[in-house]
Amino acid sequence: MLHNNSFVQSQMSLGQKLLHMHWFFILLLCATATVGFAMLYSAAGGDLDPWASRQMARFALGLLGMAVVAVIDIRLWLRFSYGVYFVVLALLIAVEISGFVGMGAQRWINLGVFNVQPSELMKVAVVLALARYFHGGSIEEIERPTFLIPPLLMVGVPAFLILRQPDLGTTIMVVAASIGIFFAAGVRIWKFVLVGVLGLVSAPIAWFYLLRDYQRARIMTFINPEQDTLGSGYHIIQSKIALGSGGVFGKGYLMGTQGHLNFLPEKQTDFIFTMLAEEFGLVGGLGLLALYILLLFYGFSISLSSRSHFGRLLGMGITITFFLYIFINIAMVMGLIPVVGVPLPLVSYGGTAMLTILFGFGLLMCVHINRDLTIGRRDSGDDF
Amino acid sequence: MHRDSERHKLFSRRAAMLGGGKALLLSTLAARMYYLQVVESDRYKTLADENRINLRLLAPPRGRIVDRFGRAMADNQQNYRAVVIPEQAGDLSITLDLLSKIIPMGDKDWRRILREAKRKRAFVPITVRENLSWGDVARIEVNTPDLPGVLIDVGQSRNYIYGSEAAHIMGYVAAVSEKEISGDPLLELPGFRIGKAGIEKVYDMQLRGAGGSSQVEVNALGRVIRELARQEGQPGNEVRLTINLDLQRFVAKLLNDESASVVVMDVHSGDVLAMVSSPSFDPNMFNKGLNQAQWDTLINNEKSPLTNKAISGQYSPGSTFKMAVAMAALEKGSITPETKIHCSGSTKLGNAEFHCWKRGGHGAVNMEEAIEQSCDVYFYETARRAGIDRISAMGERLGMGKSLELGLPSEKYGLMPTRKWKMGALNEPWQMGETMIAGIGQGYVLTTPLQLAVMTARIANGGFKVFPRIVVDEDGSDSEIELESIGIAPEYLQIVKNGMNRVVNGEKGTARKARIPNAGMEMAGKTGTVQVRRITKSERETGVLKNNELPWKERDHALFVGFGPVENPRFAVSVVVEHGGSGSAAAAPLARDILLEVQKLALSTPVPALREANSKDIGKDGGEDVA
Repeated sequence: MLHNNSFVQSQMSLGQKLLHMHWFFILLLCATATVGFAMLYSAAGGDLDPWASRQMARFALGLLGMAVVAVIDIRLWLRFSYGVYFVVLALLIAVEISGFVGMGAQRWINLGVFNVQPSELMKVAVVLALARYFHGGSIEEIERPTFLIPPLLMVGVPAFLILRQPDLGTTIMVVAASIGIFFAAGVRIWKFVLVGVLGLVSAPIAWFYLLRDYQRARIMTFINPEQDTLGSGYHIIQSKIALGSGGVFGKGYLMGTQGHLNFLPEKQTDFIFTMLAEEFGLVGGLGLLALYILLLFYGFSISLSSRSHFGRLLGMGITITFFLYIFINIAMVMGLIPVVGVPLPLVSYGGTAMLTILFGFGLLMCVHINRDLTIGRRDSGDDF
Repeated sequence: MHRDSERHKLFSRRAAMLGGGKALLLSTLAARMYYLQVVESDRYKTLADENRINLRLLAPPRGRIVDRFGRAMADNQQNYRAVVIPEQAGDLSITLDLLSKIIPMGDKDWRRILREAKRKRAFVPITVRENLSWGDVARIEVNTPDLPGVLIDVGQSRNYIYGSEAAHIMGYVAAVSEKEISGDPLLELPGFRIGKAGIEKVYDMQLRGAGGSSQVEVNALGRVIRELARQEGQPGNEVRLTINLDLQRFVAKLLNDESASVVVMDVHSGDVLAMVSSPSFDPNMFNKGLNQAQWDTLINNEKSPLTNKAISGQYSPGSTFKMAVAMAALEKGSITPETKIHCSGSTKLGNAEFHCWKRGGHGAVNMEEAIEQSCDVYFYETARRAGIDRISAMGERLGMGKSLELGLPSEKYGLMPTRKWKMGALNEPWQMGETMIAGIGQGYVLTTPLQLAVMTARIANGGFKVFPRIVVDEDGSDSEIELESIGIAPEYLQIVKNGMNRVVNGEKGTARKARIPNAGMEMAGKTGTVQVRRITKSERETGVLKNNELPWKERDHALFVGFGPVENPRFAVSVVVEHGGSGSAAAAPLARDILLEVQKLALSTPVPALREANSKDIGKDGGEDVA
């Protein structure tokens, strides 16, 4: 009875739900992905093979998947959010074990049909789990430090596993997105400050015991890339040269010398933004950034306009994750932060990242479709 | 619900803060983009071009060296190399295995190739073998399908067509050594060769030419993608020598690895028509790279094949110096052509006894007779009367004891000793005995074969200060040369020339066996036999050892200087045969053959006038067949 309104909402037909999707947001998604196709075409030296065509197929499939995620009732997501989280966590542990057996870095797990990277999926799973947890917490509860222990574990366990893989970029993203949700959920600011200070103190410990040699090298390289021009610093320097030489209007489509002559490393994945900025210049770079800002803006407004706390937190978490992809990747290729291996969302070549992002946006659409549904604090969808 | 709306408010507040934070971070990105792509753009554009554009030097073809008629003596030959590109070879060791059945490869080659393959990038060709024969090239080409990645590459390498026959003039080229790198980027090209001796060294800059360049776009691995611009180099200039190739080869064959040297000159122009030092070496070996054994053979050969004896060999001129002594005395007036001096076989100065080569002596001889028979006693006396300073001054006027500036490296000066020189160099006063020894061209007097040829040319051309030259200045600036006179009265010169004529054509001439019978081609000259050891008193009493009884190193040097034809001389020659025995037996016949050949060649080949000297006015028909 209390949730009469929600009841009405849940009765929406599939057609109504599709009609309530944020179609302009999807249009923006397609536009951004198209930029990616064009750049992958260029990266292959003017060929759909091997990257652009596969990326298109993945995007099409991903959009379909996104629609499916979007039309599933939001209360179902609320109800199964821990389930999703634990399945992904189990996969992560499985990867850890097989990686241990294989005596090397292991990030992938074979699900028969395709390979997935559980760490990538964890980016969304942890958002779901935290959104559900804080959805159930009152303002008073959030004030209690003990209340924060379960969510900290929810973040800490997968973060530790991912760091051990080792995948610094994803770890940072999972942790940073979680901090964003903690913040949005209303955890006191002084607590962040406290953790920050503790973090700084423990940083030397992490440096010596947790980080791998290559990760340390990456950070050192970031601090002074010119020192190691043929080693790790090479990537950053070549990337900056590509960007800088692009100038305001760029060298023209398919004309980027740095990319086409292979000076640019991993131009189809992590460094694809560099390629874009080399060929289309500042104008192209800012253009893509504008598309991202629009997507972030709508993601933000979807989150704010949701009437359920779960929806708000979920939307905010997805938006923050998306933002982190963008910021870390672009800042990294421009030499603002160390190279940590985060792809440019919707543009970089890669299946799992695409899947994760569209899964996330599916949830965001779900939040949008159910924006007028209120869900009680104690209501975890079990009565559905 | 109240609590819930409060939670919503808190969320909205926090969301706004997050949004602000994101906006701030995104503006950092935009600012960074602006900084890189606008502010620093020029710097990065340069860096991008430096990345992708590689300047490659193109070695210019080295200029040819040709003889006076433009016939090539040194040119460039296609050098066929077998190279293998590991990337295309598949399994490199299998390919090399197959290749080694066509061109044998040692273990060393094998290891070198595998080592280079490991070090270089897979698309860089590795040289398997240079200087392939046509047969090898054909066999490799035929087997191409079985030899993936094996290519025949064509380069240019220096080729000395006549090998050892002109080695000392040509010099040679060889790889650039570390300390020769001067900043010219050409020198840093792998396989580039520079002149290390002879004409190749002196005219290296002209022969070298200017390098071209090719701007190529390369990718990150250094692989060439395409050529952006190409600037062709300037091929090296041709260097034309005054040498007559036919004569040069004739002389080289004539000397037949005897330790000897010959200079043939045009007495009017100074053109060196042939210059041979023997034994010789093959300059092509230096180009291909000598191995240690070859080098040791060259270095340890006691006949020093690497030395150009014609300009670097310093010898006592012996009796060939007597013309200078005679003219010095005539000029001083201390003797007249008719003055007779008695030769009893020896003469005394204080306790010292000076011997004539003829034990019984020549009796009373005048100047022409003394030259004809090379009487030593006559010249001991003549030298004593002229004095060393005048003799040396005459020697210098005739071109000895100073550089003749031929322009080849290691030209030696010889020595015309004076009293002042001895004081300065040895801090001892000059002795009269030394003057007498100098009178027969021994003692301190030293000359080079080139200087002897010049001396002969200056006597033959009527006393003009001709200088030798070996390279034709193509700008023609010296096509007309003004020759200074060396200031010897024509009648004195005539006496000396008469004497030289009688040496060959006279009844008692020391070289009468070497006369040229052909009318109009007769030769005049002077023999010289130079002792290289001291003949002791006891040996003189028991009988001087014959040359063929002595070890090679102790035998006398045989010398001959000559000119021809006797009437209106055109060519001068000097011959030095180290340890050859007597001048009349070992050197004069060579000179005869050479002077005959050069005159025959002059008749059969229309000789273009490379330059004319006004001294031809003296030798009346000097220019007749020169035009």
